[in-house]
Amino acid sequence: MAETIAHSYLENTGKYKGILAWLTTTDHKRIGLMYMYAMMIFFIVGVLLGELMRLELFRPGQQFYNAQTYNGIFTIHGIIMIFTVVIPGLAAVFGNFSMPIMIGAHDVAFPRLNLFSWYLFILGAAIALSSQFLGNGPPDTGWTFYAPYSTQTHTNVVAAVFGAFVLGFSSILTGLNFIVTIHRLRAPGMTFFRMPLFPWSLYATAWIQVLATPIVGITLLMVIAERWLRIGFFDPSLGGDPILYQHLFWIYSHPAVYIMILPAMGVITEIIPTFAQRKVFGYKAIALSSLAIALVGYFVWAHHMYTSGMSITARWVFSLLTFLVAVPSAIKVFNWVTTMYKGSISVKPPFLFALGFIFLFMIGGLTGLSLGSLATDIHVHDTAYVVAHFHYIIFGGVGFAFFAALHYWYPKMYGRMYNFRRANIAFGFLFVGFNLLYFPQFVIGIMGMPRRYFDYLPQFTLGQQISGFGGLLLLIGIILMIANLASKRGAKAPDNPWGGSTLEWTIPSPPPVENFHELPVITGEPYNYE
Amino acid sequence: MLTEASNFAEGVDLAFKVIFGISLCFLVGITTVMLWFVVKYRRSKHPKAEQIKDNTTLEVTWTLIPLAIALLMFYYGYVAFRPQRDFPKDAMNVTVVSKMWSWSFVYPGDKESDMLVLPVNKPVILNLTSLDVIHSFYVPAFRQKEDCVPGKTNQMWFIPTMAGEYWVLCAEYCGMNHSYMEAKVKVVPQAEYDTWINGLARRAAEPEGLTIIKKNGCNGCHSIDGTKLVSTSFKGIYGKKSIVVTDGKEHSVTVDDAYIKTSIYDPDKDVVKGLPKGVMKSYKGLISDSETAKIIDYFKSIK
Repeated sequence: MAETIAHSYLENTGKYKGILAWLTTTDHKRIGLMYMYAMMIFFIVGVLLGELMRLELFRPGQQFYNAQTYNGIFTIHGIIMIFTVVIPGLAAVFGNFSMPIMIGAHDVAFPRLNLFSWYLFILGAAIALSSQFLGNGPPDTGWTFYAPYSTQTHTNVVAAVFGAFVLGFSSILTGLNFIVTIHRLRAPGMTFFRMPLFPWSLYATAWIQVLATPIVGITLLMVIAERWLRIGFFDPSLGGDPILYQHLFWIYSHPAVYIMILPAMGVITEIIPTFAQRKVFGYKAIALSSLAIALVGYFVWAHHMYTSGMSITARWVFSLLTFLVAVPSAIKVFNWVTTMYKGSISVKPPFLFALGFIFLFMIGGLTGLSLGSLATDIHVHDTAYVVAHFHYIIFGGVGFAFFAALHYWYPKMYGRMYNFRRANIAFGFLFVGFNLLYFPQFVIGIMGMPRRYFDYLPQFTLGQQISGFGGLLLLIGIILMIANLASKRGAKAPDNPWGGSTLEWTIPSPPPVENFHELPVITGEPYNYE
Repeated sequence: MLTEASNFAEGVDLAFKVIFGISLCFLVGITTVMLWFVVKYRRSKHPKAEQIKDNTTLEVTWTLIPLAIALLMFYYGYVAFRPQRDFPKDAMNVTVVSKMWSWSFVYPGDKESDMLVLPVNKPVILNLTSLDVIHSFYVPAFRQKEDCVPGKTNQMWFIPTMAGEYWVLCAEYCGMNHSYMEAKVKVVPQAEYDTWINGLARRAAEPEGLTIIKKNGCNGCHSIDGTKLVSTSFKGIYGKKSIVVTDGKEHSVTVDDAYIKTSIYDPDKDVVKGLPKGVMKSYKGLISDSETAKIIDYFKSIK
């Protein structure tokens, strides 16, 4: 077999060299990395914007810049973090890099469409960011673009909205690609119930991307039509209904939360069996609960609107459905913890991040219950409590799962290990900083601190200052983590550094261009550690 | 903890306690078990993992128990909320008028105040309205919040149970000065309320020009009280001398009828020095000539 020594996907063998070889690639692994590099840049910009807000909020009153600037900063922070970081998130990076290998495929079903999705992603992000520099100043609507404010303000809302529209297409096409890939390209013998659980979570996610994203697409176009053509969809002075906007927006944007969190759950479900050397507990329950979350997640959107003046019937129905969607998430947590029972546990950095994920995700999920409950939500709706809750889910959940995935598949991606001690120290800063930053926001939220406030009453000062300090620790943690991974001075990685059982650990690190010389034949269930 | 100053506050806080109490048990319980497994089954002490078979009974149990708990939490939230939507027949009505970025409260007899004064232990219905974008009427001490949506009237009701002063905050983001959109609600004994309401002046009939200004949202950027918003305040603007930029050249103008008309219909023609071009749209076709005349009359009246 000497003649079949395959080239690593990191080597350039095509007609282009250097960066052009990357920009014209249709290799799912390279596209995964390209998403990651772009998202890292967006993420760092988003983090710095967040730190700017913490700086301003360190004391009540105006410190460094004015209210309009603050409103612009939280708007673009939200747009960057939601639309260009966490919505593509784990699916675009690790879904691309790992999923085709995990199901035993040479690539995704439509490699060129995959590259096109990446270009749409970059284009959409560029349009959204151009809103900061073109037109009448940065948009000041918040990432939710609530009408009629968004159809009346003179700032450059159209660029931000249109950017989000284009980003939506990138998401739809990635979803479509993954659905077809998972249906058509699984290795011989790999039935759906022999498929690892990260691909399962991506499958559920992909259906949401394909079915829900068009709704926000058309909604954003309606905002543009109202601004440019004065068509009265949402603005009552033009004959529209502002509540219609909220329904249309959340019909997508609530399922979008599951676009973000399902792949995160999938990654954690891969990491725990590997580091416990144990078959995952309740394989089918985890697989099906992904689908259950995706399905029920469609019917809970109006829990964002309990104070909008909906009828009592709408309020209690949506509240009840919201509590139902909590159950499959709880099941997953129980399964993860039980998978550790009588395992042989090795606390390496990916596992440490996974533990951090479970803890933060539990806080995020449990604090969500009082947002689903009617009486309590009325009090904490649109307060700092909500800010804390969704950062626990989106950063503590999706973010920490992303970091876990990065430390897990890094050796496979680059063929190198990294320094474990430094990774653990970075985790410490991230974990402590994160909790110091966001936990006080729960407290001041319950005390009555509304969100999106440039200035605040003096009783919230202590909470804001603890948050500010936490923000600093978090920033140090991010720098330490990236510096550790970027140094690339680690030892050469073996094919299977963690003792994982899924297919990506059976091929070389870094993988060859074609992934598999010969497609593997699957004869049993995944996570076999016998 | 926060003051419980309305009839609903206690029920809401009970729902919080139930949900937080159960949540804390889960969080501490699961975290402890997780860390205990990690320590007990660490590889150095437990080098060979035991492969455990799936257990359907266990999985059904931990599906049904959280389901039951979820339904219990739903119930507490519902029970505390339901009466908030059953409006009493004999309550007094106050209309809340919200706009960027202030609150005003209109009492029966068309009396207007910028502070919400309420008699203690008397039910009140608030009719929530907005003149521009969505705001949200939030009184943390009452555990009450409901959006003020332009084009419709939302309602809330409660009984203030404790005399005192509490904050009214805007909870729905509404633009530049969102965080400064606040007012006070003052709960007083009935006698004190009676004296106060008798002394409260009727709402002055609004000049027609001002109505037109509000209808078109001009006051979002131009204040009428001299405050600097996005652009020049209307207060004292008529007859003022101003440096403007026309086709890149600076020159001085006096704000007169002609200049005001140009500014409304072709705002980018003579832009006041220091203000950006292109921020204001043309109101041609939206504000008629006769309306412009009324606006000019109004400007003359606010020297």
